Amino acid sequence: METLSVAGLRKSYGDTAVLQGLTFELRPGECYGLLGPNGAGKTTTLRCALGLTAPDAGTIRLAGLPVPERAREARLRVGIVPQMDNLDPDFTVAENLLVYGRYFGLDDAAVRARIPQLLEFAGLAGRAEVKINTLSGGMKRRLTLARALVNDPDLLFLDEPTTGLDPQARHLIWERLKQLLQQGKTVLLTTHFMDEAERLCHRLAIMDRGRFIAEGSPREVIAAHIEPEVVEVYGEPGGAPAGPPQGGAANDLEQAQPANDRHPLSREGGRGDGRPVSAAEWARAEAAQYATRVEITGETAFCYLTESRPLLRHLADRHGLRYLHRPANLEDVFLKLTGRDLRD
Amino acid sequence: MNPFRPPSLSLRFIPVWRRNFLVWRKLAIPSILGNLADPMIYMLGFGYGLGSLLPEVGGLPYITFIAAGAVCFSTMNAATFEALYSAFARMQVQKTWDAILNAPLALDDVLLAELVWAAAKAALSGAAILAVAAALGLVASPLALWVLPLVFLAGLTFAALGLVVTALAPSYDFFMYYFTLFITPMALLSGVFFPVEQLPAALRAVSAVLPLSHAVQVARPLFSGEVPQAAALHIVVLAGYAVAAFWLALGLARRRLLK
Ligand SMILES: Nc1ncnc2c1ncn2[C@@H]1O[C@H](COP(=O)(O)OP(=O)(O)OP(=O)(O)O)[C@@H](O)[C@H]1O
Ligand SMILES: [Mg+2]
Repeated sequence: METLSVAGLRKSYGDTAVLQGLTFELRPGECYGLLGPNGAGKTTTLRCALGLTAPDAGTIRLAGLPVPERAREARLRVGIVPQMDNLDPDFTVAENLLVYGRYFGLDDAAVRARIPQLLEFAGLAGRAEVKINTLSGGMKRRLTLARALVNDPDLLFLDEPTTGLDPQARHLIWERLKQLLQQGKTVLLTTHFMDEAERLCHRLAIMDRGRFIAEGSPREVIAAHIEPEVVEVYGEPGGAPAGPPQGGAANDLEQAQPANDRHPLSREGGRGDGRPVSAAEWARAEAAQYATRVEITGETAFCYLTESRPLLRHLADRHGLRYLHRPANLEDVFLKLTGRDLRD
Repeated sequence: MNPFRPPSLSLRFIPVWRRNFLVWRKLAIPSILGNLADPMIYMLGFGYGLGSLLPEVGGLPYITFIAAGAVCFSTMNAATFEALYSAFARMQVQKTWDAILNAPLALDDVLLAELVWAAAKAALSGAAILAVAAALGLVASPLALWVLPLVFLAGLTFAALGLVVTALAPSYDFFMYYFTLFITPMALLSGVFFPVEQLPAALRAVSAVLPLSHAVQVARPLFSGEVPQAAALHIVVLAGYAVAAFWLALGLARRRLLK
């Protein structure tokens, strides 16, 4: 089964080169991730691949057909979840699916027969007659996924399917995508969530300013681009008074870190003696002897290293510094490769 | 690919047309009433109100004169509103067109559907005025039934012109220009409310090229039970506007949405 292959894809808007020579190919049955900061060109790549805009250069084949020349026919085999929901607000849930099925030339009876199954899959069973504007953001996203499946596609393009969703909705979408992969569908996914990419993608590409800067399986990308371990070092907030690590201090740690980065090895450093300690100052003066690479942002020092014991021993004796020790993840690679500065 | 390449037309537009029909069906009654109220008020208000002060206009009682104009005027308005405000909402606000373009349909199919849909709505509106006029005894013979294909054609013409504006519009505000600079003057110069012969020569020359005036020149004789003169010419002009405007609208829409 042919999926998507792209070679030498280039696209400019005015003077801005948005895609600067992308080459990649989806293997049948895999989930391929496109990661990149805002404006990296993820959506533009998808639009080119679907024939919704003509590239300046490059060749694209989708489902065995040349794009953009025969993109319309190629889309018969593709299901699409766009970045922005565009469900029909005048229709009920079921009508949205019915009308969308007609666009694929499916007859009403065939689609009607599939609707209960599609709604069940999307966690929307029993909501067939509900109006779109009464659905939550998560339900709309799930309905958009159901709509993308109305033609039973071989290939799925999902542009940030979980952005703006709560953890429950996000987990449901992940489960469904895994099921779809099990059914043998091929998935192209863009996301800003590194944990999502690590979980779902067999292979992924990190792109920035229209170029791939890393490609491979999540493990390969992590192994190739970053030291295996990270120690994040924080100053004691506002020179917090000495005391056992409970209450306030623990909460601060949680606030400083996304929940999924919490790790059993996180620990208070030495007990504070009441003197404010700046992690940035400490890092500038001392971190280099323990870590391969140190990044300082505000009051946090990220120490990347292969051998963490010397640093941990050092920190255990330091007063007023707290730290979090964890394995390096895709987010570390992403930030290393694309920088920590805001993009817009 | 050149965005102004010829349209590629196919029956794939039908599911998109049916989408619009399904929305309309949910709101049909208020929609029809809304479409009809305006032209009906013109026809009855001017026809009987002003008409009682006037002798014959263009050789007809004023109410009969204006009934034929009102059918065309109503058709133009309905097609224009649908192709401007409603199509713009689907294109820009609701992103309905984007959703359709993710399916195996082309922008050509979407625009053709919008064109035929707006024309169908416009024809319905024209037909309703015709029915009222017939009920009031303002129609001379069954020849007037030829008004039905005429209003569909005129619907295509005004819908196509409206789609050009929609494809260019940055926002709803833009449509005011089209109304004040084109639609309203056209309504006044096309023999809807008074005979074109009343106009100075320069304005008559303008009137001669306006699509609405061609529609009126076919409709009015049909109302009086006569075969229109030079009907073929008027039809060709209306169809020519429709084809040229549709092609232009599609090119502009491709340039805007598929860039
Ligand atoms: N139609 C367009 N006209 C002009 N510039 C555009 C157009 N579409 C995209 N761009 C520009 O191309 C660049 C890439 O945009 P794109 O939407 O592909 O990024 P993205 O990776 O999907 O970003 P995000 O994560 O914010 O969705 C951006 O700088 C954007 O401003
Ligand atoms: Mg995007």
